[in-house]
Amino acid sequence: MSVVTTGVDLLADAIAAQAVDVTRVDWRPPMPGTESDLATVALDPRRSAANTLAVTAMLGVTAHLVDVAPASEVLGLQRGEFLHAGPPIEWARASGPMRGGLMAGAALEGLVDDPEDAVALFEDGKSVSLEPCHHRGTVGPMAGVVTPSMWMFVLEDRATGRRTHCSLNEGLGKVLRYGAYSPDVLKRLRWMGDVLGPALRAAVRGTVDTSGPVDVTGILTQMLQMGDEAHNRNRAGTLMLLRDLSPALALAGLDPQDVAQVLRFVGGNDHFFLNLAMPACKLALDAARDIPGSTMVVAMARNGTDFGIQVSGTGDEWFTGPAQVADGLYLGDYGPDDANPDIGDSAITETAGIGGFAMATAPAIVRLVGGSVPDALATTRRMHEITLAENPRWSVPVLEFQGTPTGIDVTRVCRTGILPQINTGMAGKVAGVGQVGAGLVTPPAEIFPQALARLAELAP
Amino acid sequence: MTTHVELRPGAYADSVTLLQVSRTVAQLDGVAAAQVAMATPLNVEVLESMGFVIPEGASVNDLVVAVRLDDPHALDAVLAGVDQALADSTRRPAGSAEVAPHRTTATALRDDREATTVLISVPGPNAVVEAMDAIEAGRDVMIFSDNVPVEHEVALKQAAATRGALVMGPDCGTAIVGGVGLGFANVVTPGPVGIVAASGTGCQQLLALLDHAGVGVTAALGVGGRDLGTEVGGLATREALRRLDADPEIELIVLVSKPPAPAVATAIQEYADRLGTPVELALLGPGQPDLTAAAERVLQRLGHPVPTWTTVDPPESFGRVNGKWLRGLFVGGTLAGEARQLATETLGQVSSDLGGLATGHAVVDFGDDAYTAGRAHPMIDPTLRLDHLARVAADPSTGVILLDVVLGHGAEPDPAELLAPAIEAATVPIVVSLVGTSGDPQGLDRQRSALAAAGAEVHLSNAGATRRALEMLGATR
Repeated sequence: MSVVTTGVDLLADAIAAQAVDVTRVDWRPPMPGTESDLATVALDPRRSAANTLAVTAMLGVTAHLVDVAPASEVLGLQRGEFLHAGPPIEWARASGPMRGGLMAGAALEGLVDDPEDAVALFEDGKSVSLEPCHHRGTVGPMAGVVTPSMWMFVLEDRATGRRTHCSLNEGLGKVLRYGAYSPDVLKRLRWMGDVLGPALRAAVRGTVDTSGPVDVTGILTQMLQMGDEAHNRNRAGTLMLLRDLSPALALAGLDPQDVAQVLRFVGGNDHFFLNLAMPACKLALDAARDIPGSTMVVAMARNGTDFGIQVSGTGDEWFTGPAQVADGLYLGDYGPDDANPDIGDSAITETAGIGGFAMATAPAIVRLVGGSVPDALATTRRMHEITLAENPRWSVPVLEFQGTPTGIDVTRVCRTGILPQINTGMAGKVAGVGQVGAGLVTPPAEIFPQALARLAELAP
Repeated sequence: MTTHVELRPGAYADSVTLLQVSRTVAQLDGVAAAQVAMATPLNVEVLESMGFVIPEGASVNDLVVAVRLDDPHALDAVLAGVDQALADSTRRPAGSAEVAPHRTTATALRDDREATTVLISVPGPNAVVEAMDAIEAGRDVMIFSDNVPVEHEVALKQAAATRGALVMGPDCGTAIVGGVGLGFANVVTPGPVGIVAASGTGCQQLLALLDHAGVGVTAALGVGGRDLGTEVGGLATREALRRLDADPEIELIVLVSKPPAPAVATAIQEYADRLGTPVELALLGPGQPDLTAAAERVLQRLGHPVPTWTTVDPPESFGRVNGKWLRGLFVGGTLAGEARQLATETLGQVSSDLGGLATGHAVVDFGDDAYTAGRAHPMIDPTLRLDHLARVAADPSTGVILLDVVLGHGAEPDPAELLAPAIEAATVPIVVSLVGTSGDPQGLDRQRSALAAAGAEVHLSNAGATRRALEMLGATR
C-alpha cells in the first residue's frame, strides 16, 4: 500500500507514521490569475481523451527524407515572398538579426544588389511580403528566412503523405540565419543553391530509389543515445546522415570536386542535421494539431521580438509575449549587451521533447550556463513535470532509458510555474553581426496563462 | 598592451568547456581580452576579429591560448590561470544528485503505480485540478480540503463514477482505507463494521465508541457533507456502499449522515436494500437518535453487549455553576452539531457563531469553513479556540463550558497539555467530550487522566458530555 499526498505535510507525516509509503507532491500555488481557468479546463470533459489522441498522433509519425528542392518548387514561394521564423511580424517591429536575414535574402533573390538597399524595400513593403514559416509547413532556424531560390529538405509522413520543409544549414558564425549579410554569406548561399542543393537532391533521390528514404526519426532515436540532444548538438546525427547519403552521392555522376566539397561542408558542419531534426519534429507535432479540448503545445517559435506558442485545442492562434535573452556563454568579446532576444523556429525540438528537454542525454550542453551533469539530469526530469507522456522511441540511457518528456501541457506549465527549457544559439542584436554565443532560455511566462484562458473560453 | 598567442597541439577540450575557460581567464587581473579555443576556421576568424594573429599552420587539433594584457607582467600569472581553468573544467563540483519531488498529482502517480489512493489538502479552489489527476489515473481520492465549490464536487464525482473511482470529500476529515488511517484518523482494529460517513467527526465518534465496546472497523469511507444533498445526489455514497458490500469481512454497514434530501434518501435506501450486506442508517439532526444511540444500535444488531460509556469524575475542585450560559467550543463539526441539537431541545435558542459566545448560549464549531479560510483546521492549529476559551472562562456569565478533544493520527500530539492551563485557571465547570481510541498515538488514557487532573469532567460519549453539561446548568435555573 502506498499513498500519494498533495498538500499539507502533516497529513503525509500522519500516514508515514503508520509505516505506509508516502509519495509527497511538492504542491505550490499556480501562476497568478490561473486558478479559475485551471479548474474550468480540468473539468473540460474532452481534455483527457483529446490529449491522449494528440500524444498518440504525434508519436505515430515517422519522418522520412524524400526530396530536396527549391522553395519555389515545393512551397510555391514567389519572388518577393519571404518566410521567417516565429509568429507573424512586420518589418517595423523586426529585430536586427531578422532584418539582416531578410536583407541577405533580398540580395540572394536579386531584388537588390547591395543588402543595405533592401531596407528601403522592406520599409516600403509594396513589393515584398512576410509570412511565418509555420504557416507554410516549414520551420527555419534563427531568423528562419526562406526565399524562393533556397533549397529545402522535404520530409514526409508516409502514412498520411503530410510534408514539412526546412532550408539547408549554412554552418556557424557569420551566416544569414544569425542576421549576417556580408559578401561571404551570400557567396556561401549561392554555392548552396548551385552545388549543395542539387547534389543533395541527387543523393536523396538516389537513396530513395536504392534503399528507401532516410528515416530521420530513426536517426534521432540513435543520436539521442550518442550525446546529441538535436538542438545545440547534432554531431552524431550529421555524421549518420552523411553515412546514409554518401553512396548515392558518389554514384550521382557529379564532378568529384563538387562531391568532395559537399562531403567536406556537411561533415564539417556539426549543426547540419538540425535542419532535419526541426522539420521531423514539426511533422510529428502537426499531427497533433486542431484537436478540440487538447491542452498540448504544438509549436513554440520566436521571431527575435516575440515568443509565440500554438496549442492543439486553439487552432492556429498564436499566444505571444516578449522573447527573452538567453543566459549563456559568448564568443570572443561579445557580451549580454550584444545579444538579441531569442529567435528561431528551432524550439520545435523542445516542443517535441528533445533539445533542452533531452538535456540529460547531452550533458555537455549544460555547461553553456555553467551547470553540471546533475543539472542536466534534473532539467530533463523537471520537463517531465510539464509533459503528458514519454516517447517510447526516444530514450535517455542515463535515466535508465526513460523516454523523452513529450507533449507540453499548458495546464501543467500554469500549475507548476515550470517553463519549458530551450537550448539555443544567440544572434547579435545588430543586423549583420551573426552569432554571438549560445545558451539556455525559457519562454515568457505570460503566454501560458493566455493560452489557458482561451482553452477555458472554448470549454463547453 | 601586450598580446600573447600560443598553440598547444593535441590539447583538446570541447567548445563549451573552452567558452567557460575563456570567460574565466578574461576575468583575471591584468587581462583585457582572452580567448581559449580549438583552432577551427570559425574560431580563427573570431580570434582574428579580436585582433590576434594566429600562427600559420594552426590545425583544428591545436588549442589556441590568446590573451591581451593591460599589464605585461601579468603574463605568467595569467597563463597559470589558463592552466588552472582548464584543469578545473574537468573537476567541476557536481550539483545535487537528489531527485526533486513531483510537482503535480498526475506526475507523482506516473511514478507511484502502487498508490491506490491520493490524499489532497491544497486550498479548496485548487483541489479540483489535483483530484482530477487522480481520477483520470483511475485512483481513489480523498479531498481533505474545504471551501471546494459544489459544482467542482459534482463534476469530480461524475467523472469518478464513469471510471469506478471513489471521491471521498471534499471536506473529508477521516477515512480508513486498507487499514490505513487518512486525515484525522483513529487507530482501530479490523472488524465486522464498515462505515460510510458524510461527516468526519461523526465517523470518529462512532469509531471511538465501537473501539471502546471492543468492536473493530474494517473500513471507513468519507463522502463529504454535501454528497447526499440534491446537487451531488449521493454519487460517492453509492460507490462507497458498493465497495463495502463487496468486502467479505464486513457484516454491517453504517451510513452516518445528516438526513439526505428526500429524493436522494429514497434512491439511497433503494440502493442499500439491494445490497447483500445490511445497512444501518445513522442519521443526525432534529428528531434523530444521537451518535451514541446509533453506536448502541450497531452493537445490538451485531449481538454485542453495550458497555457503559465511562466518565472520569471531576476532582473536588470542580467549579461551581454561577453563570447562566452554556458555552461550547468545538473542533469537530458533527460533534458541535450534536451538542447544539441536544442543547436546543433543553435551552431553546443556542447560537452557532463566535459572537454568541459573549451574549448567550452558544456552541461554536471552530472547524467551520468560516473560521478556516486561510488558517489551518483547529485540530492542527488550536490557537483560535484557546484564545476564545480563555475569554469564555473569564466571563462571569458563563455557566458551564463544553469542549471536545479529538485524538488520532494528524491531530495535535498532546491536546490535553495545551488545554490544561486554561482548564486549571477556569473557575467554572468544564465538561470534555474525548473522542479517541485506545490505539491512538496521543494515548487515550493519558489524555483522559491529564484532562481530569487539570479539573475537567471527561466523557467518551459526546451526547453524554452534553447532557451532563445541561444537567449542571439546570441546577442553577
